[in-house]
Amino acid sequence: MAIFLTKDSRVLVQGMTGAEGTRHTARMLAAGTDVTAGVTPGKGGRSVDFGERTVPVFGSVAEAVEQTGADVSVVFVPPRFTASAVEEAVAARVPLCVVITEGVPVHDAVRFRALAGGATRVIGPNCPGLISPGQSSAGIIPADITSAGRIGLVSKSGTLTYQLMYELRDLGFSTAVGIGGDPVIGTTHIDCLQAFQDDPGTDAIVMIGEIGGDAEERAAAYIAANVTKPVVAYVAGFTAPEGKTMGHAGAIVSGSSGTAQAKKEALEAVGVRVGRTPSETARLMRSVLPKAAS
Amino acid sequence: MDLYEYQAKELFGRHGIPVPAGRTAATPAEARAIAAGLNAPVVIKAQVKTGGRGKAGGIRAAAGPAAAEAEAARVIGMDIKGHTARRVLVESATVPFEEYYAAFLVDRAEGGFLAMVSGQGGMEIEELAATDPDAIVKLPIDPVAGVDADTARLLAAKAGLPEQAAEVLERLWRVLVAEDALLVEVNPLICTTDQRIVALDGKVTLDGNAAFRHSWEDYDERTGSLEDRARAKGLNYVKLDGTVGVIGNGAGLVMSTLDVVAGAGADPANFLDIGGGASAQVMADGLEIILGDPDVRSVLVNVFGGITTCDAVANGIVTALELLGERGRGRPIVVRLDGNNAEVGRRILSDARHPAVRQVSTMDGAAEMAARLAAGA
Repeated sequence: MAIFLTKDSRVLVQGMTGAEGTRHTARMLAAGTDVTAGVTPGKGGRSVDFGERTVPVFGSVAEAVEQTGADVSVVFVPPRFTASAVEEAVAARVPLCVVITEGVPVHDAVRFRALAGGATRVIGPNCPGLISPGQSSAGIIPADITSAGRIGLVSKSGTLTYQLMYELRDLGFSTAVGIGGDPVIGTTHIDCLQAFQDDPGTDAIVMIGEIGGDAEERAAAYIAANVTKPVVAYVAGFTAPEGKTMGHAGAIVSGSSGTAQAKKEALEAVGVRVGRTPSETARLMRSVLPKAAS
Repeated sequence: MDLYEYQAKELFGRHGIPVPAGRTAATPAEARAIAAGLNAPVVIKAQVKTGGRGKAGGIRAAAGPAAAEAEAARVIGMDIKGHTARRVLVESATVPFEEYYAAFLVDRAEGGFLAMVSGQGGMEIEELAATDPDAIVKLPIDPVAGVDADTARLLAAKAGLPEQAAEVLERLWRVLVAEDALLVEVNPLICTTDQRIVALDGKVTLDGNAAFRHSWEDYDERTGSLEDRARAKGLNYVKLDGTVGVIGNGAGLVMSTLDVVAGAGADPANFLDIGGGASAQVMADGLEIILGDPDVRSVLVNVFGGITTCDAVANGIVTALELLGERGRGRPIVVRLDGNNAEVGRRILSDARHPAVRQVSTMDGAAEMAARLAAGA
């Protein structure tokens, strides 16, 4: 089992004919993803040959959904076209829209998040997407650094996701979700915690956070009230100075709010063990997992 | 991207929000000339991107041109919380009859917009929130419908602002939307004795991601710092106070690397994210920036090969060191490669036998070595 994305997911790629879109579509196919369609406005009727599979290109999301039954969209279009691409997926009532694009204006994210409402789950923007190893990959998370298993992972950071997936590759993952480091994102830590708690294929959860905002504090409160599976966490940015954006637009300590220390304390206060380093976090997961599986 | 008060007020003016008449001066003589032109008592305000200017003595009243020159001489060059006041805003003194607070901002927690309005202005909003939270009216704004005249009237009425403030609130919302701002704040928004609503101060934070649909070149400040040089090369670099230079791929991993360096007993000298596709040129640019910092005594390159394979990264490091020549030799460079094709990458680096490069296979171990080397051990 897995959350949000399974072997039955039918994936369409918005911006598949662009360089990034083509490159990552090939990788998604190699990871076993059922990529059924590409969408590029004005290029409908063509197809792209990926060797073992030829993927048809449609001029609109609605047409791609109608023709192929796609139920996941992965968005690889440039920032200035991202809002309209997501709004198109929302209008076509695609249940899951994964926005990989980095550099999307915050106002656009707020708007498409509001338009999506409850009908479309948006993940991102500025995220690596999600992978259910051995089943499907929607985004850019490398498939060959880990294996299928029973750990769920949710993270604001791409490379820290890869690091943890690699360190725990022998145990494996049900699903790893990169939710992105922007100030406004579609799917939150809490959404993923809830889904992992409900997923019979997940025994324990790794949560990776970083400075900025209060999502980790809110997640801690949610865990205390709703999550019975073991959760271990890692928070990046203890040494970040106040008022400086650390790479991710959302990673900024403002005054006394958004500090890594406050997030760590909030998580520990509800019994979540927080690793000092990614490696220690992986060791903590190893110590909690056998208990969960038995 | 934060704007100066004078830039915020220019935006307000363009959207029809009343602000006091005034201009900026970089010298006391300019301040004198502006005051003479305004032909009224003026206020001299330090232009710095931080709060607490008043308490620091950065806001001064002047009765006429001569006083304006003298006061500007005291304020220009003043250090306020580490920010140097290079300019002052000279504007007509405007006396408040009442003071209010008004802001629209992006609400991260809810993924939407929020209005915050209060009948009590003048003090820091954090202070007001702590002492009298009920005095602040908070209203989530529907991002699609926005703030229309009715919503603005409701906000003004709830917060106890006069009716004529509603129009200013509606215009302030338009500034947020039209300018792709993450925050627009007026504190204080005032009502004068003759019942005019005026924005006496202004704070605007713009969303750098939206730069492609605006002309924001004027807001660029180039000081020739390492941070500016890095930005010009498309690198994400933040200067810190320590001695271990850090390069990594991915914002989260680099932040984590800084923490691990600190945990090993050293202070990181910088944050530098070279991003996903670490080409040789990007790696060379990154190393050059880091080695351009005289405080750096050792360098830690921490790369996890996800999409980018480690052999590509290793080739990048080798080429970068060739490009840098002598400049790459002085200080030790500790490299940790892990993930995709790590074995191949490590072999490429060991075969290159560069005198400055040392390899450690784990992040924690590499941070410890870089810390030790920076300490001179």
